[in-house]
Amino acid sequence: MLGRLTVDALPFYSWVAMGGAAVTVGGGIAVFLLITYLRAWKVLWTDWLTSVDHKKIGIMYVVLALVMLVRGFVDALMMRAQQAIALNSEGYLPPEHFEQIFSSHGTIMIFFVAMPFLTGLINIIVPQQIGARDVAFPFLNSVSLWLTAAGAALVLVSLVVGKFSQAGWTGYPPYSGIEYSPGVGVDYWLWALIVSGIGSTLAGINFIVTIVKNRCPGMTYMRMPLFTWTTLCISVLIAFAFPGLTVVAAELTLDRTLGFHFFTNGDGGNMMMFANLLWIWGHPEVYILILPAFGIFSEVVATFSRKRLFGYTSLVYATACIALLSFTVWLHHFFTMGSSSNVNAVFGIATMIIAVPTGVKIFDWLFTLYRGRIEFHPSMVYTIGFMVTFVIGGVTGVLLALPPADYLMHNSTFLVAHFHNMLIPGALFGYFAGLNYWFPKAFGFKLDAKWGIRSFWCWFIGFYLAFMPLYVLGFMGMSRRMEHYADPNWQPYLVVAAIGALCVLAGIACIAIQLYVSAKTWGSARDITGDPWNGRTLEWATSSPAAPYNFAVLPEVHGLDAFHDMKLAGEAYRPPQKYEDIVMPKSTWIGPVLGALAFGLGFAFVWYIWWLVALCFVLSLVCVGIRACDDDTDFVLPAAEVARIETERLAQISPADLHDMRDFLPRGAASGAPLPGTV
Amino acid sequence: MSVATVLEEEETRSLEAREFGFWVYLMTDAIIFALLFATYVVLSKNSAAGPTSNELFDLRHTAVETALLLLSSLTFGMATIAMTAGRAGRVVLWLIVTLALGLGFLAMELLEFHGMIAKGGGPEVSGFLSAFFTLVGTHGLHVAFGALGIVVMTGQVLIKGLTLPVRSRLIRLGLFWHFLDIVWIGIFSVIYLPGVM
Repeated sequence: MLGRLTVDALPFYSWVAMGGAAVTVGGGIAVFLLITYLRAWKVLWTDWLTSVDHKKIGIMYVVLALVMLVRGFVDALMMRAQQAIALNSEGYLPPEHFEQIFSSHGTIMIFFVAMPFLTGLINIIVPQQIGARDVAFPFLNSVSLWLTAAGAALVLVSLVVGKFSQAGWTGYPPYSGIEYSPGVGVDYWLWALIVSGIGSTLAGINFIVTIVKNRCPGMTYMRMPLFTWTTLCISVLIAFAFPGLTVVAAELTLDRTLGFHFFTNGDGGNMMMFANLLWIWGHPEVYILILPAFGIFSEVVATFSRKRLFGYTSLVYATACIALLSFTVWLHHFFTMGSSSNVNAVFGIATMIIAVPTGVKIFDWLFTLYRGRIEFHPSMVYTIGFMVTFVIGGVTGVLLALPPADYLMHNSTFLVAHFHNMLIPGALFGYFAGLNYWFPKAFGFKLDAKWGIRSFWCWFIGFYLAFMPLYVLGFMGMSRRMEHYADPNWQPYLVVAAIGALCVLAGIACIAIQLYVSAKTWGSARDITGDPWNGRTLEWATSSPAAPYNFAVLPEVHGLDAFHDMKLAGEAYRPPQKYEDIVMPKSTWIGPVLGALAFGLGFAFVWYIWWLVALCFVLSLVCVGIRACDDDTDFVLPAAEVARIETERLAQISPADLHDMRDFLPRGAASGAPLPGTV
Repeated sequence: MSVATVLEEEETRSLEAREFGFWVYLMTDAIIFALLFATYVVLSKNSAAGPTSNELFDLRHTAVETALLLLSSLTFGMATIAMTAGRAGRVVLWLIVTLALGLGFLAMELLEFHGMIAKGGGPEVSGFLSAFFTLVGTHGLHVAFGALGIVVMTGQVLIKGLTLPVRSRLIRLGLFWHFLDIVWIGIFSVIYLPGVM
């Protein structure tokens, strides 16, 4: 009846594991009670969970990412604490538990922090940047969200019921095969990947179509803001790469569950194929995480330097180049596999070539800063911190791209330091910059800048303290994922790294305080105009938060930096001649229900509860069938209602609130010729 | 403009986007098949102690399967032609023929699988057979979903008639069905033909 699920699945094996389970269950109960206490269930269901509004879906994605960031960071903290004390001793974590922690840390940070964070920001902003009323497929968007949430739920549940994978976030066979990992851990990992991976694929399809089909009149490809460009590029990457993840995860599942021989040691399996298939997805994934952050940095650096972005065209081409090249380098993740030296050389060179377009971007951002009127907003500070730190990571990456050097550093903490050096500044700092930059657009008030700057310094210093020692340790011969060690020379560095982790903890606390303080004083930080930073792109033309339809009348674009031009020409905030009816998508219960069914299916498969697998599968098909027969998915918002909302908004804006645009007008001969790129 | 016209305009626009989106989806599905093909090519000689492709494949059986599936693509094409001519009855008729051919294909595939397993060539025997069953089975699963789609769409044509959204869904289902045909041609040329040589 319950497959292999018995009472033994509960984590009575260690106090630490029980503590983790208790926090998870306690957190769940606390949220449940809070919602009940606030009598918010109905509002939550009708206004949020069933919503297909891209802005609300985006906010839910970001909330998911922040919650999972805390969970993933606790894992990091536990690892750092263990390694700081585990010299010639077992530390406080048994090996099986330590292995679960580093596996879940990687899985969570990639799939359930970075992916939902970037997808959330894209959801909130891209439709507004391209002057659209919604994404191309609002319902599919809801399905994507709930599949991602279902995957995250599977990882969280593994903390309470059963164990998580001990095979690392990449889960290489044969160790992740049924012979060496007979428990449920790897299955939890696989199903979390399959379910959320399908959600990501659908999101990729959705944003390709949105950007290709839904741009407002006049917005040609070369007038799209950089963040939109990076979104288009990563959507293509997602559509091409994520099916690979689905395939490799499904094959390993078949190996484990039905005794297939894709990656087994004997009977004609080929375990090296796993590394190939995984990294055919995995390397583009790195750029899927980083390119949107590059887009955010591009927006932030132009806005807060009060200049047009330097080298827009080169940035677009560099982005497209990186996207293309990202498919040509996957083998550098396993140079030591033993391909011929020529094969390794080809992939090594391809890897180094990627540094060229990335370097182009760094120079473009630097030249945007050059002679700009720089404002040190938290998002700008994150951007500058990124530029300094990311270059170091890039240099160590080029070092690792040399196959002979890689043979020495492979699987050492040098590698761990390298990819954290790419992903923390390259991705996470970008998302934090985006959070600080676009928060008013999502909620209608600004985030507290003081706590934003503090969070930056904690993260920045914490990052250096935590990861620079790991570079050194890599040279000293320390491999990654060590539960304990015998070399006393390593310990001082590991203690410094642990202090770095505490510093990052302070950074996360600062973000929490920032959110709390800002929410408490929101009345004094309201964004009336919808344009708090004197922005340049179209998302600042809507109200903050944007009306459900974003734009009452679709804007017409004549160049790059469309909203900046509108403000210069005095066309912004002008009511249109007349308002029209607007078609809006209806909310639907099918998205969250499909998410719940996907969770049920994954959970049942992990525990071999076959009747539940069948039930969830059939019910999912029924849900899809119901939706496929539904012709009544839209409703009309009448022009009178649109007029009411818009008039109310415009009445609130007084001329004193608007930004002074005189500084941006071309200067006369008396005050010197205008600098190139200042307007 | 009345509410109905606004809705209809939006619907046309959104159906256009859906067709483009469906092409993109097919691309992602093509990647899945491409990687399954790659897997198969890597493992095709790894029959370990199990039977080889020469001992298991029967080209005559596969030829009939192929004929059924290709014919079903043709009949789906006829349904599409009937749809453009606005003849709902014909559409239903051709859809039912297509469904019958598709189910015939599936039945033959299951028969083949059954025969192979009876001969000691199940998917758990060797890397080669794992890859074979996964690739051909994934295609079969797609055909099964397509058949389910045909049932649903036959119902929609009967109940709703050839409305705008129904036509759009039919066109997308047709794309899916023809796509499976192309994949099958790949399977025939990469698995069965070299397998008996």
